[in-house]
Amino acid sequence: MAAFLRMENIGKRFGQLQANDQITFEAEAGEIHALLGENGAGKTTLMNILYGLYQPDSGGIYLRGEKVKIRSPQDSIRHGVGMVHQHFMLVPPFTVVQNVVLGLRSSRGPFLDTDRAAARIRELANQYGLKVDPEAFVWQLSVGAQQRVEILKALYRGAQLLVLDEPTAVLTPQETKEFFLTLRAMAERGHTVIFITHKMEEVMEISDRCTVLRDGKVVGTVKTGETTDTELARMMVGREVVFRVEKKPAKPGEVVLDVRELSVAGERGLLAVRGLSLQVRAGEILGLAGVDGNGQTELAEAIIGLRRPVAGRISIAGHDMTGATPRQVIEQKVTHIPEDRMTMGLVPTFSVQENLILDSYDQAPYSRRPLGNGKSGWFLNARAILDHARQAITDYNIKAPGPEARTKMLSGGNLQKLVLARAMYHAPRLLVAVQPTRGLDVGATEFIWNRLLAEREAGRAILLISADLDEVLQLSDRIAVLFEGEIMGTLPVQGIDVVELGLLMAGAKRLPA
Amino acid sequence: MTTPPANPAAALPEPLSVAGGVKLPWHRARTSLIGFALPLGGLLVAFGIGAIMLAASGANPLVAYQALFKGAFGSRNNIIETLVKSTPILFVALGVTFAFRCSVWNIGSEGQLHIGAVGATLAGLAMKSLTPNLPPILAIPIMILGGFLFGGLYASFAGVLKVKWEVNEVITTIMMNFVAILFVQYLTFGPLRDPAANGLPMSAYILEAAQLARLVARSRLHLGVVLAVVAAVLVYIVLWKTTLGYQIRAVGANPRAAKHAGINVPRSVFVAMVISGGLAGLAGMSEVAGLHYRLLDSFSPGYGQAGTVVALLGNLHPIAIIPAALLFGGLITGADTMARTVQVSTTIITVIQGIMVLFVLGSQFLVDKLEG
Repeated sequence: MAAFLRMENIGKRFGQLQANDQITFEAEAGEIHALLGENGAGKTTLMNILYGLYQPDSGGIYLRGEKVKIRSPQDSIRHGVGMVHQHFMLVPPFTVVQNVVLGLRSSRGPFLDTDRAAARIRELANQYGLKVDPEAFVWQLSVGAQQRVEILKALYRGAQLLVLDEPTAVLTPQETKEFFLTLRAMAERGHTVIFITHKMEEVMEISDRCTVLRDGKVVGTVKTGETTDTELARMMVGREVVFRVEKKPAKPGEVVLDVRELSVAGERGLLAVRGLSLQVRAGEILGLAGVDGNGQTELAEAIIGLRRPVAGRISIAGHDMTGATPRQVIEQKVTHIPEDRMTMGLVPTFSVQENLILDSYDQAPYSRRPLGNGKSGWFLNARAILDHARQAITDYNIKAPGPEARTKMLSGGNLQKLVLARAMYHAPRLLVAVQPTRGLDVGATEFIWNRLLAEREAGRAILLISADLDEVLQLSDRIAVLFEGEIMGTLPVQGIDVVELGLLMAGAKRLPA
Repeated sequence: MTTPPANPAAALPEPLSVAGGVKLPWHRARTSLIGFALPLGGLLVAFGIGAIMLAASGANPLVAYQALFKGAFGSRNNIIETLVKSTPILFVALGVTFAFRCSVWNIGSEGQLHIGAVGATLAGLAMKSLTPNLPPILAIPIMILGGFLFGGLYASFAGVLKVKWEVNEVITTIMMNFVAILFVQYLTFGPLRDPAANGLPMSAYILEAAQLARLVARSRLHLGVVLAVVAAVLVYIVLWKTTLGYQIRAVGANPRAAKHAGINVPRSVFVAMVISGGLAGLAGMSEVAGLHYRLLDSFSPGYGQAGTVVALLGNLHPIAIIPAALLFGGLITGADTMARTVQVSTTIITVIQGIMVLFVLGSQFLVDKLEG
């Protein structure tokens, strides 16, 4: 008998990136199928193709043995495919019923038939163990309950196959337990459940089978009962570590960044960083590996003063900087490369020269007093700003029509060089680099990598936060692995066991501190 | 993505090549031929549509426009009147420019203008009773300060609400317009009413030394127009030559990046709001000190709104808004002549003004598209 779902030879390319490469993937009715892989392995792309959000460049989709064409989410819903995204698609001021029937035709013509819908929702909720009050407003619900509403929405629309994108990332442990019961109930009723995850424990606990993707390809599909977490970690991250950049041995100096027992709250008020401690010394790169969303953003924001820690201490070169403002942190000679260069790093409509002084516009020599006594003041020093820009453009090989060119006309690699130039120009003590090469081509990536290594040689402390395992392996002297806001272990990169790294990243192992 | 070829914008002096702004197309400075031609074309189209409307109401559009032009610029007196009307519009437009450059949507210029007029009047009356012998060289700066401080203080309420509690400044500033207009009405009918004014809603005259000199004898043209142009140059310098202006433009164009770079975003927003209100306050000051020499009920025929529109028409560039202010001053002045000549309502001019804004702003989108 044919599998309930078969995706055959799916290919999808975004620019230079082959996100899905000849992927063939099957899921049976009544099974819970985990989709495992690093960031950028192609899991979400594959599922978005199934849900009709992307069109594949090649390959076909078969449901119940028949070839189907899915051009939009409407098509996929019609074929009985539902998807719960990581970010919920709910209307907070509406009730649960209103959210569930949103976009559906009412049995009463132009009028809503919420009573009948509510009854059906209660019925579904009972069958699948989804505790939700149909009359409650969505804004009143906990995150876990909102997720149940999303699942109800899919079931109400007759989903036979449900795709869940990192469903447990937002749940508390108790909610996760209940959620797993629901998944079981769905599988028992013959639904197919595909869930995308990074957490080994969940794969082992709930899935029947597991497919591992790496670099857009299928590494393999295994029965969960017949494998081990070590085996899965090897499939997920297993690779030859080839050092593509030349690196002299590190000469670590004094401690520059000292983070002790730090806890930081995330957007939803839950702790995103939990009692984390780490140290970065002058002249070394500490790589923070981990899957996106394990507290990286919150940690970086706490260090650079954008987010107030709940507990713990951050000191920079011996100064207590816990709860300092971004300005005070910059004054301690800490600079950073933000996660997203266009929205956090640069003012796209400013000229290149203006962007190069974004964090130092009020310092000498870029600002001065009218009589020019070398001190900073109220007026911009056009000459100094221009000279600085010319120098930075040459030193960092920024391809721009000139210092006055509008920044948004530059390519991604050159934008990042601009951010790096600004961050490194005034010899910082500490650089916090978050995803410094995300979305860049090979040439720009190598440029940035070599620059970072050169800065390390020059004695700067660098905290490299990256979800790209290759990058962390290439650049770091030591690697700390972040999982759910905690450090699972710190390893020297020399002779590192990649499988062990994979286990740490998936939360399946923890090293003694 | 590849690096695009050098574009002509790169060679132009600041701020033409660096006008900041993400959300609004008119933040973009016009630099090329297209950039100049399209907005002018937009103006012409607006007049074209106005012509159709004039024809539809039974007037000969050519005759009407001729009268409009004559009314605005046809004689020495008409030109003077146009300049007089342009003065408060220019002050307001400068204030709006300052706020909008920081992405602070101050729609409360009309209110700030009224409160600025109150500040100037109070300063002028206080000097009259306390220091009647003060020379103009001291009295006039005090008037300027009075207008600026009152306008700025009034705007600061909306600024605090926005910065502290994220209250939308569009709502608060619009609401505060009505408060200010009615407050002036209350003052001129009540506490400030001059007993000698035969019951008319107006205050007593301010100190003579505090009045702005007339530039042309026996005309209404006063020093205010010079002050407004000076203010335009100052706003240009502050926005593009000082660290404060840099900060404000950075916050206006990308608050997130500004915050990441250590700029105090709420403070910049607050400062932009206060300076914006202060400049609108100067419009009220100039009306009191230059034209009426006292506070009148309903002394502004909507300069606040006109100034807001002029700021947009002038692409939020302090120098470019000078001709835009003249155009609007001319339209207001010429409207009466046109209405009398072809027997149509002056409101048709307001309609044409609206269409102008629509088309000029529309052309900005187009310029952006064409220039990439």
